[in-house]
Amino acid sequence: MNFREYKVGARFFALALGGSMTITLLLPSFDISSVSATEVALDKQLWAGHESGFSLDDPLLLGWNRPEKVILKTDPKTGQPIEPTTAYVYEKGTPFPGGVLHPGNLGKVSERLSIDQGHINEASKDQGAVFLIRSNDQKQYYIEDATATKGWNPEQVLKAAGDANTYYASAGKSIFVREGCWWCHTLLPEQTQDWQVFGAPPMLGDFNGESPTAFGSDRKAPDLLHVGSRNASKEWLMLHFFNPRLVQPHSIMPRFDYLWGKVDANGKTIDYDKWRKEYSEYAEGKRIYPPEVPMYASNSDARHLIDFILNLK
Amino acid sequence: MFKYLLAKNEDIPHGASAVYWGFSAITWFVIGTALGSFNAAKLAFPDFVTGYEFLSFGHMRQVHVHAVIFGWISMAFGMAMMYITPALGNTRLWSEKLGLWNAFLWNVGLSLGLTLLWAGMTSGREYSDFPWFIDLYIIFFMVVPLGINVWMTIINRRTQGIYTTNWFFGAATFMLAIVFTVGNLPEFFHLTGLTEAYLTWWFAHNVLGLWITPVAAAIAYYTIPKVTGNPLYSHRIGHLHFWSVVVFYSTPAAHHLMSAPLPEWLKSFASVEGVLILVPAIAFVSNILLTMQGKWNMFVENIEVRFTVTGCLMAIPLNMQGGFQQTRAINWYIHGTGWIVAHAHLALLGFSTFLEAAAVYLGLQSMMRRKLYSLTLANIHFWLLLIGFTTYWVSMTIAGLIQGAGKIYEVPYIDVVIAEHPYMIARWIGGTLVFVGNCFWLYNMWMTAREGTEVPQGRMPHELAYER
Repeated sequence: MNFREYKVGARFFALALGGSMTITLLLPSFDISSVSATEVALDKQLWAGHESGFSLDDPLLLGWNRPEKVILKTDPKTGQPIEPTTAYVYEKGTPFPGGVLHPGNLGKVSERLSIDQGHINEASKDQGAVFLIRSNDQKQYYIEDATATKGWNPEQVLKAAGDANTYYASAGKSIFVREGCWWCHTLLPEQTQDWQVFGAPPMLGDFNGESPTAFGSDRKAPDLLHVGSRNASKEWLMLHFFNPRLVQPHSIMPRFDYLWGKVDANGKTIDYDKWRKEYSEYAEGKRIYPPEVPMYASNSDARHLIDFILNLK
Repeated sequence: MFKYLLAKNEDIPHGASAVYWGFSAITWFVIGTALGSFNAAKLAFPDFVTGYEFLSFGHMRQVHVHAVIFGWISMAFGMAMMYITPALGNTRLWSEKLGLWNAFLWNVGLSLGLTLLWAGMTSGREYSDFPWFIDLYIIFFMVVPLGINVWMTIINRRTQGIYTTNWFFGAATFMLAIVFTVGNLPEFFHLTGLTEAYLTWWFAHNVLGLWITPVAAAIAYYTIPKVTGNPLYSHRIGHLHFWSVVVFYSTPAAHHLMSAPLPEWLKSFASVEGVLILVPAIAFVSNILLTMQGKWNMFVENIEVRFTVTGCLMAIPLNMQGGFQQTRAINWYIHGTGWIVAHAHLALLGFSTFLEAAAVYLGLQSMMRRKLYSLTLANIHFWLLLIGFTTYWVSMTIAGLIQGAGKIYEVPYIDVVIAEHPYMIARWIGGTLVFVGNCFWLYNMWMTAREGTEVPQGRMPHELAYER
């Protein structure tokens, strides 16, 4: 080891690798961390929750400890009708998203407004919280903790919204990650040529607080970042997930019928073998119509995934 | 092998750990390519095996990727390090026992990690898919012990200088530990948003650039001079290769996200540095091919040389693609298409696999002191790999160009899917040929261990004539 060249070499190696990491990690981190969260980012992190991949709160990605997004038409405390309001409900024990835990992620303006006006520092995981997105007259968006400012508690809000106006988009995103939808469907319209078909490419601040971003790299299927704006039909999505060939004969998407679970919306056991046999007969031209797709139960993975897709606006 | 795990270090025969690493690598290669073939069948025939969550494409795709990267490629690297590092230091491996335990823990950790991925426990980050506790296991029980064994063997060498291959081995194990730790920071500290996205691709780029590419090249720096008997053409060019890998290959991570809203200066910088990857690439290919001077007959006659030179030749299209496809002028057309899938397989299944296969062929024969059981089976392996890979690469490149055209002319997406269908079938056939070839290989190496002719003391395996 007593060989002068290697001392020189080791120092140059440290310089080269350190320099490389300074340029590719440290310098971009100044730029990226100075970006303020857009309204899109606030909405996305509030409905997606703390983490959609593996976490100790939901190790099997089954949708445990997830927030819900609801549309309120009545005030949850008084029962009086109000303008339709989007609220994000974090029940007791549900971890808060990045922007609430670390308001610095939101950017200076939004951080200040969220703390001063929105009181997000008062939100507590042990009691749960209901969040809203607000803006001031200068169109600066921030998060408000409605539990602190209006006294709304999560149970009341869920009850006031009702199942029909509740979106399990966060649980749905973890299914999107778990089932590997993102191996084929990207979430990143490209800046150069995707505007007309897949919609506007995302902006710099659209991701603050989101994890994972799940951009995807291998687009074997349409981009989904704005799919909820193109196709908001629950019926179409239901058929598509159960067997994509029902609505698009040339699709190579796998069937996700197993997301229906054991029973349908009426509590009847789903006979998959019978369904698949009848579908094969239909595919071979022995039946005129395919078998009917069972309606998914309101707490099934299929419902959660559809709620997620509908929220990709 | 297992009986040596609890033996004293000095009682473990020289090369035992290399053999363990080598057979593990081949086994993972068989498993990984079987999964690849199965996944490809699903893309060609979507209703092939349907209705089971754990046999669905989304659950199996990442298992294929990690079985091949961490199982086959990285364990073949471990194998090469276990026997090449001491050979080039004119010494013994620092600790055979650590080497054996390392391979054992590698297999255990990878089996556990892949099972969890299979079940859907994923971080949702491409190439760093493992949950964070598996990442920690990989760093502390897989990567660092391998590095320690390599570094200590180099420090305890009995030669004055360090040969090119060992610079790469020592530096790459160190860089892998750094890259793995930094690349997984988003999971350890829950970093979000663009930081998470960028670090995902910083990891994916550097695990290729600072681990797979340089170690594969380092192996060729050993096998070609060793088997042909020619000295390396130029150590100076080797220097250029080494330093340009560290400087140029570690910087263009952002070129994987050319169409994401990253800072523009970062994308431009990455793009320029990306072209400079051609410096180490050309240095490496020219150095190896020039080392072959006067020994080109061995390209035909010797299986290790044939594998290595084929791999080197594949580095030419690989780096020409890699250098230019990431520039803005080209990237917008092929980004996210099958072209990239073809390119990734050219890197891992073409270039890198062929170099490692040579090292595993040579290393297992040298360490077990047995001549290869059958040249015929090795030839079948070579040609199935080459034909299978080429079928895959050509079909996916065409599919990618179709996708690119569909993308810019805004063809309805389903028409692209229909147009790709024949190429999806071709890709499945190509992948299946590779899998079948690997089954032949595993059998061949197993028979070498059992029935290969013993190599006499003082001889190298390649000096003996093939018998079958």
